[in-house]
Amino acid sequence: MNNIQKEVPVKERSRNQIIEITNLKKSFANNAVLNGVDLKLFEGENLVVLGKSGSGKSVLIKCIVGLLKFDDGTINVYDKNLASLNRKELDLMREKIGFLFQSGALYDSMTVKQNMEFPLRRLRKNLTTSEIDAKVLEVLENVGLADALNKMPSELSGGMRKRISLARTIVVDPLIILYDEPTTGLDPVTSDEISSLINEVQKKYKTSSIIITHDIKCAQHTANRVIMLHQGKVYLEGSLDLFEKSDDKLIKSFFN
Amino acid sequence: MKKIIPDIKAIPSIRNARKQAIKLSEKTLEKTLLANSFFTDFANVLLFIARIFKETFTRDFEFKEFFRQCFQIGYKTLPLISITGTIMGLVLTIQSRPVLVSFGAVTMLPGMVAVSLIREMGPVITALICAGKIGSGMGAELGSMKVTEQIEAMEVSSTNPMRYLVVTRVLAATLMIPLLVLYADALGMLGSYLGANLKGDVTFTLFFSQAFSHVQFIDFNPAIIKSFFFGAVIGLVGCYKGYTAGRGTESVGKAANSAVVLASLLIIIVDMVAVQITDMLIS
Ligand SMILES: Nc1ncnc2c1ncn2[C@@H]1O[C@H](COP(=O)(O)OP(=O)(O)O)[C@@H](O)[C@H]1O
Ligand SMILES: [Mg+2]
Repeated sequence: MNNIQKEVPVKERSRNQIIEITNLKKSFANNAVLNGVDLKLFEGENLVVLGKSGSGKSVLIKCIVGLLKFDDGTINVYDKNLASLNRKELDLMREKIGFLFQSGALYDSMTVKQNMEFPLRRLRKNLTTSEIDAKVLEVLENVGLADALNKMPSELSGGMRKRISLARTIVVDPLIILYDEPTTGLDPVTSDEISSLINEVQKKYKTSSIIITHDIKCAQHTANRVIMLHQGKVYLEGSLDLFEKSDDKLIKSFFN
Repeated sequence: MKKIIPDIKAIPSIRNARKQAIKLSEKTLEKTLLANSFFTDFANVLLFIARIFKETFTRDFEFKEFFRQCFQIGYKTLPLISITGTIMGLVLTIQSRPVLVSFGAVTMLPGMVAVSLIREMGPVITALICAGKIGSGMGAELGSMKVTEQIEAMEVSSTNPMRYLVVTRVLAATLMIPLLVLYADALGMLGSYLGANLKGDVTFTLFFSQAFSHVQFIDFNPAIIKSFFFGAVIGLVGCYKGYTAGRGTESVGKAANSAVVLASLLIIIVDMVAVQITDMLIS
């Protein structure tokens, strides 16, 4: 549908580094999930993180927002060391980061509107009710679901749920968005729509994103740069071209 | 990307060594604890309760969610408790009437029913029903919120899920169960009046004046106090099981189920302890 995201070559983009992860290690009991991951996210880019399921992709981005405590290594977000932040500073940092959960994580007991208001009321305390209403409607229109305002999450289809979760993520104007498998479990058409939406959000809100996926079509659609995780480490890093032309068996198994 | 300057972290330092030592000791502690899952469970419950206390006494109390929970608890259980309360009084009356008649003490009937309802049947049956309805509901709700990452979503929205979800539910249960107990007592007495009128013939005023001549304040106090504890047990167990549910969908069912089992068991145990204490205090 649109491939506009490739119009800016990687080299020419301003290379302001937003997230810097070095030597990140995380294990659960005896299960070493991340084993020294290095990763950088630059301003304005869509970084796609590939990896088969169970390779620790979700664990990686949950470490970035402090949902999981990591064992070793450093994570810097906007030059702030994550491990050194106290609760309040961490909350301040989380305001800048939007997280699209793999399962959508819409609150079952709330309507779509209440779902959208929840982070707004808590993260933007100075907004008036009419400002909140306007913002909610604007963002819902952007994801094409303004008429779902008073529906319950259980009444929505999988694709609609993903859209609403994305709307709930961007409603607080995050600077960074972490997408956890945004297209998994969706049909090809809906997947494409979500991928386009990701690109639109990047352009419209000038966000920088990490997109976790094992869906190659989504990667092709959205990636400015790609990283592949394997056995707790970065296996290969580079442009999508590099991945597509690679002779490596593991990478080839992903791309066809 | 070979590094020429050696990594600072590679230089050993006392701080590093201490960190390592702490990590090691934590790991061994973890392992010894894991060896006995009962003790880990017990320790976790205590930690959980400590966290709840910590989060309760903060400025940002989630009033809206608290009132919503209070309403939910009442709304969900009221029909159930109305039916069981009435039947409890009715059955108790029908069952004990023949015995009292044979002793020529049928005027004792209202008082006897009132005392046993207020002291024991009302609180325990209400609590057990609420354990089944509220406790399992909390276990399932929080469990599914955990599995579908809703709890994590709250956390990244600068909302403390412990404060928002758990503190409100535990307090709501603690407050609402005693009220429901009083309601069950009242309906139980109405049921008893119905039962008394099935065989005999007694007026409403006579029945209740006979009942209340036997009931004293001392019957109410321990019953209400133990009802608060029943409520706390239901809230705590339901939230604990839900909040600490595993990561698969099957853990939601497990959380709901084990919440009911554990809460019911604890209610019986708390009741036993409460009866012992009251007995000691009164005599
Ligand atoms: N909270 C947790 N507790 C224990 N193990 C976990 C937890 N989260 C993830 N894991 C384990 O970490 C590994 C990677 O999980 P995850 O990051 O979800 O994979 P994916 O790449 O599919 O997102 C899996 O083996 C999983 O079992
Ligand atoms: Mg995942």
